Order: sequence, then C-alpha cells, then structure tokens
Amino acid sequence: MDFLNAIVALSNFVLVPAIAYGSQLALGALGVTLIYGILRFSNFAHGDTMAFGTMATILFTWWFQSLGISFGPLPTALLALPLGILGCMAIVLLTDRAVYRFYREQKAKPVILVIVSMGVMFIMNGLVRVIIGPDDQNFADGNRFVITARDFKQMTGLDEGLAIKTTQGITVVVAIIAVGLLFWFLNRTRTGKSMRAYSDNEDLALLSGINPERVVMITWLIVAALATVAGVLYGLDKTFKPFVYFQLLLPIFASAIVGGLGSPVGAIAGGFIIAFSEVTITYAWKKVLTYLLPEAWQPDGLVQLMSTDYKFAVSFVILLIVLLFKPTGLFKGKSV
Amino acid sequence: MGKMRNIGLFALVAVLILLTGVLQSWNSALLILNMGLVSAMMAIGVNLQWGFAGLFNVGVMGFVALGGLATVLVSMPPVHAAWRAGGLGILAALALGAGTIALAIVLVRRMRPGWLRTLVLIAVLIAGFIAYRAVFDPAVAAVERINPAGTGYLGGLGLPILLAWPVGGLLAAGVAWVIGKIALGLRSDYLAIATLGIAEIIIAVMKNEDWLARGVKNVIGLPRPVPYEITLQRDPAFVERAAALGLDPVTGSTLYVKASYSVLLVIVLLILLWLAQMALKSPWGRMMRAIRDNETAAEAMGKNVTGRHLQIFILGSVVCGIAGAIMTTLDGQLVPTTYQPLRYTFLIWVMVIVGGSGNNFGAVLGGMLVWFLWVQVEPMGALLMQGITAGLADGSALKEHLLDSTAHMRLLTMGIVLLVVLRFSPRGLIPEK
Repeated sequence: MDFLNAIVALSNFVLVPAIAYGSQLALGALGVTLIYGILRFSNFAHGDTMAFGTMATILFTWWFQSLGISFGPLPTALLALPLGILGCMAIVLLTDRAVYRFYREQKAKPVILVIVSMGVMFIMNGLVRVIIGPDDQNFADGNRFVITARDFKQMTGLDEGLAIKTTQGITVVVAIIAVGLLFWFLNRTRTGKSMRAYSDNEDLALLSGINPERVVMITWLIVAALATVAGVLYGLDKTFKPFVYFQLLLPIFASAIVGGLGSPVGAIAGGFIIAFSEVTITYAWKKVLTYLLPEAWQPDGLVQLMSTDYKFAVSFVILLIVLLFKPTGLFKGKSV
Repeated sequence: MGKMRNIGLFALVAVLILLTGVLQSWNSALLILNMGLVSAMMAIGVNLQWGFAGLFNVGVMGFVALGGLATVLVSMPPVHAAWRAGGLGILAALALGAGTIALAIVLVRRMRPGWLRTLVLIAVLIAGFIAYRAVFDPAVAAVERINPAGTGYLGGLGLPILLAWPVGGLLAAGVAWVIGKIALGLRSDYLAIATLGIAEIIIAVMKNEDWLARGVKNVIGLPRPVPYEITLQRDPAFVERAAALGLDPVTGSTLYVKASYSVLLVIVLLILLWLAQMALKSPWGRMMRAIRDNETAAEAMGKNVTGRHLQIFILGSVVCGIAGAIMTTLDGQLVPTTYQPLRYTFLIWVMVIVGGSGNNFGAVLGGMLVWFLWVQVEPMGALLMQGITAGLADGSALKEHLLDSTAHMRLLTMGIVLLVVLRFSPRGLIPEK
C-alpha cells in the first residue's frame, strides 16, 4: 500500500507536471530547431514570439467570452487558438519581410542574424507589453480538473491523491497532435521533404530547383504555429506573463541543444529531458521517501536537491554538460 | 573631416547634458553624466568582445552584477557573530564543492572513456553533493539566524570601497574563464546561450543566497569614496563656499558629491579607454581583428583562435565587472531585483552598435548618447502620448491604457533603433578605422 501511495505521490507531483512541462518545452524547442535548421541562426526572439502568439490568443479569448461563446468544459482559449496562430503568423512573416530577408540576401554571418533577432525580441517584447501590459493574465476557463485529488482518493481508497488538471491533459493531447502533424508534414509531403533537403544541404537543394524563399516562408508559418501552441499551453497551465516567456528562452534553447540543434526528434527528447530534470531536482522528495523507506531511515529535511528558484540552473548545467561532452547533442544535430 | 565629425558628436552629447542642467536641474544632469560614464565603460567592455573579436556576450548583466556583489564583499564591515556561527562551515562547504568538481575534472582527464568512468564520475558527484549540503545547510542557517532584520549575512572585509572596483573585475574574470573554457571554440551561438544562462543564474544566486549579500533584503548604506552630503552641510567652510556660488547648502552638497564622483569616473574611463586604445593598436589588437575577419586564415598562420578568444572574452568581462562595481558604488546599495537583462545586457549592446562596433571612442559615445536618450525618452514619450490621447475623453479605458503603456515604449524604441542602425548604418556613428 505504501508503495502504491509513493507511486501516486510521485505521479502527482513529478510525472504529470513534468510531462506537461516537457510537452510545452518540446513544442518551443521544435520552433527553435526548425529556424536553426532552415535559416541557420539561433532565434533569440522565440520566447517573445510565443508571448505574442499567446497574447493574440488571449485577446480573441476575451472577445469570445464577451460574445458568450464557450467551449463547454474545455478552455475557450482552444477555440481562439487558430486565430491566435494566424495573428502570430502575420507578425512573423512581417518581421521576415522587413528584417531578416535583407540579411539573407546579404548572406550575413549567423551571429549578425542572432543580434538582429535580439532587436526583434526587443520590439516584440515591447509590443506585447504595450498591448496587454506586463502583468499576469489568467485566461483559463472551463473545468479545472480532469480528476481531482479527492475523487481519486475515493475511487482508489489510497491516502495520496492524483490530480490531473484539464490544462495538463489538453497540453499532452494538443502536443501529440501538433507533433504528429509536423512529422507527417516533414516526412510525407513534397514541401516537407524539400524543407528537409534544404536543411541538409542548401546547395544541392537549390540545384534541384527548390525555391528557397518558399521554404523559408513555410518554415516561419510552422514556427509561428508551434510557438503559439506552446505559448498558449504554457499560459493555460501556469500563467501568462511577458517576462516569464522571455525567461523560457533558456530552457527552450537548452532543450534544442541537448537534443541537437536542427534535429526535430532531438528537440522533443531534449524538452522532456530538461523538464524531468528540472522537476525532479527541485522537488522535495520527503513525501515519496516517507512511504518507501523503513521508519528508521526516514528523512528529517525536505530532501530537495535544489530550491525551485534555481530551476534555470538545472537546464543550464545540463546544457554545459552537453556542450562539454557532446556539442552536437544527443541526436546529432548540425555541425559544431 | 572624420575627426571634426567625431568631435562634433561628442560636443553634441556635452550640449545635451548641459541643456539638461539648464532646463531641468544640475543634479539630474550630473546623474545622467555619471551613469553615462559608467555605461561608456560597460560599452568598452562589450566592444572589446564584439568589436575586436566578434564574440557575442548576452550575459553582460551577470558580469555587472558580479561587480555589484564585489562592493558588498569588500567594503561592508564583517559580521563577527555570523562568522563565528557559520563562516568556517560555509567556507569548508564551498571548498568541498570546488574539490568535488576538481576531482571530477581529474577523473575525466585521467580515466579512459567508458561506462566505468561514467559510473565513478556520477558516484563522486553525488557523494560530493551530499557532503556539501551536509556542511553547507547548517552553516547557512546559523549565519542567517544572526540578526536577520539587520544583517543575517557574513558581511564583507571592511576595506575601502575603491578596492572593490578591481575585485569586481576579478570576480567577473573568474566566471568568464569558466564559461569561455566551455563555450568558446564551439559555434558562435553557443557562447551567446551560455552567457545568457550564466547571467540568469548569477542573479538567482544573488537573490536567494542571503548569507552572501542578504538576497532580496538588499544591502544598503555601502561606504563611499566621497564625503557624505550631511557632513558637508555641517562644515561651515563648505556652506560659505556654496553661498559664494549662490547655492544653498543642500543643493551645493549634492552637486559637490556628484561632481566628485564624475571626476573619479572620468579618471577610470580615461584609463580604460587608453588601455583599450593601446590594445587595439598593438600587434595583439591587429591579430585579434585578423582572427575576427577570417578565423580560418588566422588559424593557418598558426594563431590559437580559441585561446585568444578566451583571453579577450575575459578582458571584456573584467571591464564589465569593474563598471558594475562602480555603478553599485554610485547607487550606494545592492538591490539584486534591479538587474534586468533588457537594461543591463541589451541596452549596452545598443550602445555599442549605435556608437560603432570596433571603435573604442564609438563605444564611449554610444554609451553616453544612448544613456541620455534612455533617460530622456520616457518623459518625452509621456508628453507625446498625452498629446495623442488629448482628444479622448478623460477616464476612457483606451486613454488610461495608452498612458500606462508609455513606460514600455522604451523597449520598442530601443529595438527599432538597433534594427535601423544595423540595417542602414551597420558601422555605427564612429566607424572602425
């Protein structure tokens, strides 16, 4: 019985949150990795692109709510999501036209593009703050839980409850759909194949008649969709705050690099590696250990390896370890 | 021709600051001047890394914050009770942690790669971590229990605060060495991401490790290298001199303190600028630029690219650390929550790029000019916004929202300035020779 309780407590506090967070990171890292693969630079504006897409979705959500439209037990934000994606696509295409295309034609060094993306980050960050303000926005509605801790306890008769928030369930389902669509697109469609060809070898792809501007445009569209989905899921699950999205940049980059920049499978694996490490290292293990260990061995303290204030340090240390031992990442990304 | 233009640009900054003095107040003019001088130093540091070597450091904030930490560690009086309670414990724990990492490095170097090495490495790290926490936690608790409202930390060394300036540089050098060792020699983006991360972590440490510098409880009342206003106001000779200039004692003393800082800052800035100019003109500087322009060719000529990059990355970070220490000295307090990446990393980048990357005078000009705009754009933006919204009814939601949002216009403006300069004048106001 204690063993079952331990497993339930573990799932409740570690597994379920980490799976949800990992899915969000994976979606974010996929965007970074796609930009890297096709446009060949690290996009520092990605966190703020996520914030922009989320903001657009929130605005449409408020509009729907004011019209009295709801999605039953599910958050209204899911209905607004396609419109938010369109908004994000518009701004991303606009920045590509106005900013990035010039440097592409110049064949500028990647580091120049990184600095340019920093400027774009400033502007998007400023836009989001001007439009919606720098404060927290909670836009989740509908049912809060798929299953509450109390229901679970009554169902199973265990001491520990397992609560699954609606947002966590939605995160996983939406992430699976999004990733499925992405891989189907990359592996099965002609456009997707041309994207992969362009990423693998630009010159050969150009020789075989692939239009680079079209590839770039489709990449931006996909990235905008992924960024918005990731941002909205994170915002539903936790909360929307522009500065938090900027800070997400570090775990997202860490995920993409751990998996291997340019490798979509790697981005997903990286996202889950970072999320699970962050949650397990900052979780206080006392409860689980109390169930598992004999009375005499039970811990006095919280058995928390690191306080949650240092959760970014976890992704950072993992990033450093990967850079030290395997700079191309776990799933061999682009050259170092 | 070019020379006249550069002198003209510097004269423009001087006129702008003088205008502030005449139109607003001399106190705010000196405040802008002092922070402008500090910003110019930071810009010189970033320019060393970016302009000379093409290294992209997105963690300027972290190195600046380390300088701030140094002022506390050097200048605050030691808290003897805290040292007795847990000082040795903390030092021992830190030594244990460092020893564990050193042992791990030796293992990686000496043992043959394979599963055995991985296992031993993990075992050493886990054992080291447990030992570290076992020593560290009680010591920290003991230190933080001593008068938490007043001190609750170990205090500093009680030395003159001017010593903290070079120490800030040293702290920054240490961190830069670790980061550079790991991230240099890989793709240029990796350094950017690694520095972005280390900056966040330095700030997190400063916010959460109360035993070190009181965390978010802040350290206030740092000692000063210049006299206090109140002492001056009590000094009859000073009051007389102020009166002779037509100033009341309060204004006179605040101006005197700020102006003394300005003199100190100008001296430091001139030294840094002279050193940076000498470095740029030396064979070493030419080698650096050769590496920046063509790494492969420089490598073929037998230059150790990664080694030189590490060198200049550390040097640039040292300058940022010194500037950070000076800034905290000016503020007279260490407030970790004020370190924002947009203000301390990206604004410095805008300064370097607007001023002219690769040119030290450009960096100084960019630092002073952009700082002036950063301070003055907000009131101008507020005025502009009031003009725009004047037609709207008072109390309407849109008007309130627009007026509230002027504070965020700075980000937008800075981003646009950065992009426009990069696109249309990538060499900046004072281009590299």
